[in-house]
Amino acid sequence: MKREHPIAASQPERNARGYTFGWVGRIGLLIILFWALVALIGPALAPYPPGEIVDWDYFGPVSGKYWMGTDYLGRDIFSRILMGARYTVGIAFCAVVLACTGGVFMGMIAAVMGGWFDMILSRLLDAFNGIPSLLFGLVVVAAVGSSIPVLVLTLAAIYMPGSYRFARALAVNVNTMDFVTVARARGEQTGYLILREIFPNILGPVLADLGLRFVFIVLVLSGLSFLGLGVQPPYADWGALVRENIEGLSLGAPAVIFPSIAIASLTISVNMLIDNLPNKIRDRRE
Amino acid sequence: MRLSNLPWVLVLQRLGIAVLTLIIVSFAVFFATELLPGDVAEILLGQAATPEAVAGLRSAMGLDEPAVSRFLDWLIGLARGDMGISYVNNIEVAELVGGRLVNSLRLAAVTTAVSVPIALCLGIGAAMWRGSLFDRVVSVMTISVISVPEFMVATLAVLIFSVWLGWLPALSFGANVDSLSAMLKAYAMPVITLSFVVSAQMIRMTRAAVIDTINTPYVEMALLKGASRSRMVLRHALPNALGPIANAVALSLSYLVGGVIIVETIFNYPGVAKLMVDAVSTRDLPLIQSCAMIFCVSYLSLITLADMIAILSNPRLRQ
Repeated sequence: MKREHPIAASQPERNARGYTFGWVGRIGLLIILFWALVALIGPALAPYPPGEIVDWDYFGPVSGKYWMGTDYLGRDIFSRILMGARYTVGIAFCAVVLACTGGVFMGMIAAVMGGWFDMILSRLLDAFNGIPSLLFGLVVVAAVGSSIPVLVLTLAAIYMPGSYRFARALAVNVNTMDFVTVARARGEQTGYLILREIFPNILGPVLADLGLRFVFIVLVLSGLSFLGLGVQPPYADWGALVRENIEGLSLGAPAVIFPSIAIASLTISVNMLIDNLPNKIRDRRE
Repeated sequence: MRLSNLPWVLVLQRLGIAVLTLIIVSFAVFFATELLPGDVAEILLGQAATPEAVAGLRSAMGLDEPAVSRFLDWLIGLARGDMGISYVNNIEVAELVGGRLVNSLRLAAVTTAVSVPIALCLGIGAAMWRGSLFDRVVSVMTISVISVPEFMVATLAVLIFSVWLGWLPALSFGANVDSLSAMLKAYAMPVITLSFVVSAQMIRMTRAAVIDTINTPYVEMALLKGASRSRMVLRHALPNALGPIANAVALSLSYLVGGVIIVETIFNYPGVAKLMVDAVSTRDLPLIQSCAMIFCVSYLSLITLADMIAILSNPRLRQ
């Protein structure tokens, strides 16, 4: 990510204080890294195979043997949560990267090109914002069925317009700045303007926006899985784990509570990180 | 003043955009449900269908026609209240949706009546005593509710009110709602859950709107004159914040649309959303289209309403 600037020596000394995280942000970052790690190597850590029935007692309590109890079939919840991290974090991450890459580049192109291209694209994508996100997912799943690629593409499509709008608004501001005008007067191509002049200057806010969109995507994905329309059995993300075990709710079973806590810990920690981002990353002008 | 700055011109413009958006949205819904799944005739007849039977059904259903003319037919039918016929049980979709819509609207109305006053009080209070313990508690609560899925709020409500406290029935609905107390109990859980989801948004937006107004010089002037903090907020800031607050209320109510889908499913509430989720599992496309359009129309009208309030309440546009 970091690139050495040839003229760095002539720039004023960077104020290191503007780049440090507060402790709330650090806790958030720590939890996110934890879940990312679990998503990568989680199944190797699982004490039992996630799909295997290990206990005759369904909706079993928390015990030394089963750290988070057992589910409606007697499977180990702890192992299933470790496995579920792969689906929840993985799908949401792929979707958010797709949505933001597409949205940000289209936004920058629209801002630089302007004119009718910008107007038509903006109108069209704004119209997609007129569809509630969960409903969009429902309709697509109804039409083509649910599979992991469909989920990733659908979630990306839902959140692309918002990312476009955000990036376009930032890029329009940067586009009128002197250094961009100078570059344009030098005769630089659109591609150069977008990649070398505008993109580095909107990167910070765009990354913060990516984090927020990740939270929304996790929420919609869990919602779809909760409705039984997301990740399909035998695989289960955290939303599907809550759905599977919802019968145990009136018993106060840990099988419902722990997957919910997993979702909340992920989304809240991302929010904690975003809210406490160093000022310099959030807004370069500060 | 230029013509393009007159409030009613802006409102008409906004309405035009809303209609345009609705047409694009309806095309997206139609495209997704009619064209993506492949041949509806084959789906209906199943795998054992002969090619002749499929061709016959296709022409009988008008599937031979180009997509655009089918879309227009469907849109005109919708506008006249003709929603088509359900694939699964051959009942008019309008008949299936009718009673359910009343139920959903009732749920939305009760939730609005409960959440708006609470959210306004908390939001204005948090702005008035900004930075206080009260403000911080409210902020942490609202952020937590916003950043967890709706079904988790519902799960928590069930855990607290029916498992631990034992006040309300857990997940059953509509078995016997003959007495008033039974009805109150049945409605309580969905309404509590939805109110939490909607109020959290509303509190945050209201607080932001009031703080925006408090930060203006004239309100600071009121404080310097010696007005008390509550007088400053209630008499000086609030009247000017009413527009943004109304905007915030309408916008937050649009979260009902997403929330209602989860809440109706989890509590087995007989509304449009439950109907739609069931229709998705049976792939009953006409029913899905109609329900989706109902949700899109309500969502769009709330967003448009919010924008129109913002335009009309902007004092700079008044003559």
